Amino acid sequence: MPSVMIRKSDTGALLFYVAKKDMEETIASVETDTPEAWGGRVELTDGSQWYLDPISPPPRFPTTLRFTRAA
Amino acid sequence: MSTLTREETLELIQEVLEVYPDKAKKERAKHLAVNDPTVEQSKKCIISNRKSLPGVMTVRGCAYAGSKGVVWGPIKDMIHISHGPVGCGQYSRAGRRNYYVGMTGINTFGTMNFTSDFQEKDIVFGGDKKLDKLISEIESLFPLSKGISVQSECPIGLIGDDIEAVAKKKSKELEKPVVPVRCEGFRGVSQSLGHHIANDAIRDWVIGNRDGDESFATTPYDVAVIGDYNIGGDAWSSRILLEEMGLRVVAQWSGDGTLSEMELTPKVKLNLIHCYRSMNYISRHMEVKYGVPWMEYNFFGPTKIAESLRKIAAFFDETIQAGAEQVIAKYTAEYEAIIAKYRPRLEGKRVMLYVGGLRPRHVIGAYEDLGMEVVGTGYEFGHNDDYDRTMKEMGNATLLYDDITGYEFEEFVKKVKPDLVGSGIKEKYIFQKMGIPFRQMHSWDYSGPYHGYDGFAIFARDMDMTINNPCWKQMRASWQQLATGEALPLAASA
Ligand code: SF4
Repeated sequence: MPSVMIRKSDTGALLFYVAKKDMEETIASVETDTPEAWGGRVELTDGSQWYLDPISPPPRFPTTLRFTRAA
Repeated sequence: MSTLTREETLELIQEVLEVYPDKAKKERAKHLAVNDPTVEQSKKCIISNRKSLPGVMTVRGCAYAGSKGVVWGPIKDMIHISHGPVGCGQYSRAGRRNYYVGMTGINTFGTMNFTSDFQEKDIVFGGDKKLDKLISEIESLFPLSKGISVQSECPIGLIGDDIEAVAKKKSKELEKPVVPVRCEGFRGVSQSLGHHIANDAIRDWVIGNRDGDESFATTPYDVAVIGDYNIGGDAWSSRILLEEMGLRVVAQWSGDGTLSEMELTPKVKLNLIHCYRSMNYISRHMEVKYGVPWMEYNFFGPTKIAESLRKIAAFFDETIQAGAEQVIAKYTAEYEAIIAKYRPRLEGKRVMLYVGGLRPRHVIGAYEDLGMEVVGTGYEFGHNDDYDRTMKEMGNATLLYDDITGYEFEEFVKKVKPDLVGSGIKEKYIFQKMGIPFRQMHSWDYSGPYHGYDGFAIFARDMDMTINNPCWKQMRASWQQLATGEALPLAASA
């Protein structure tokens, strides 16, 4: 369960940063991204899948969240 | 244009790898790549931040070097104890040329070496008592120091000393911050982890010190310069540009920086980060905890400076944006004169770089401003995110090498035949003896600053002075002298 920093890039895309691994990727899609909740299955541009129980109300970025790897 | 095609470069890599045993070949092949600027994710073609193989020459440093030498060392009004045997600190003392103002030994301590000088009995019985005594001694000899950091060398972790307990106790006693840093040299694969550990120590022991204290009068134009170590005065020649455009620089991290500047940093409006590799961690932390955004910038060469000034200004209001334009206009005549003078002498020259931190990508623009081309670059301790950023800056079919070994670097240089190599002191004399102009690009070869418009003038002069130095034509005995103007063949392969 790595803790992940999520922030907005200059272009407005969400960046997914795992400090432990120094991994910085762009988020390609988020399963639940509504005014009420944010989370679920998150896919990155490198193809990897991560999961987080949807949070409501949606978090304000930048923030640190705990994700699990989704198969 | 690079003279090698993609296929030739690939062949070259294969040829160089040929001498390794199979296992080593497989491992090293992952660290060498031909650049393709269209690739978004570097990890598809180059692997970085892995342990160096035993048996090959690497120029990496240790975590202690990353913490004491890079991040903490330049904080001038603190005393940084190299805790452990004397050598680690003494042999690296003042080597990075982090300039600062102050009276060394009175209120600033940058070039001094403080060590607990471990002996056998300290290893056997533990060094905590010694550390305690040492800190008291420092306090009586240097009462104007603003704080103390304990930079662990390898033995501290091995014998399991509790430096945190000592630090807490002494901090209370002296009423000054005493920061324990667990940057033992054996941690991680290079100095890079040392940067991270040092950043974490700053996060835990420094950044929160002024939380809830609103006595510092802020302005809407407050910024902090992060990751500029003031090598040869770099931070100063950057800072004046920011100030001229109307910003207020509250803190310099960490070249010529002070403890109180660091404590005030969470109160600024924007963190400007130059060396991403060594200080992105703390910038990210400040963004999450204090909502201070951060922005990478590049002050090498007029093209990148103008780009960066505009990017920074875009974050603020019109007065700053106008200020940025004024600054650029003010220096235009100056840098155009520099380019007019040196470009004809340097046009078309090819450079290979192998350095650390931000330089393998940041200086490319400055070379291009002089009409030169970077045909190979690599990081000592970069990570994927560094290569992501580098691949866009480099030309197609240029060489990328990560944690390059002494052998590979020499072979590449022999084949690519650059007009200039920029790397560290350990490589300098090898290449000079091969007859190749060389600049030591870690501490600017005792020159600098290279940042900002003022720095660019010095950068251009230095490159010209090195490449066009008449000595390169005098490398052979007079009866073997080549017809004038002909390039020297490189030394026969060893
Ligand atoms: S690896 Fe250990 S012993 Fe060597 S310089 Fe670093 S801290 Fe000192």
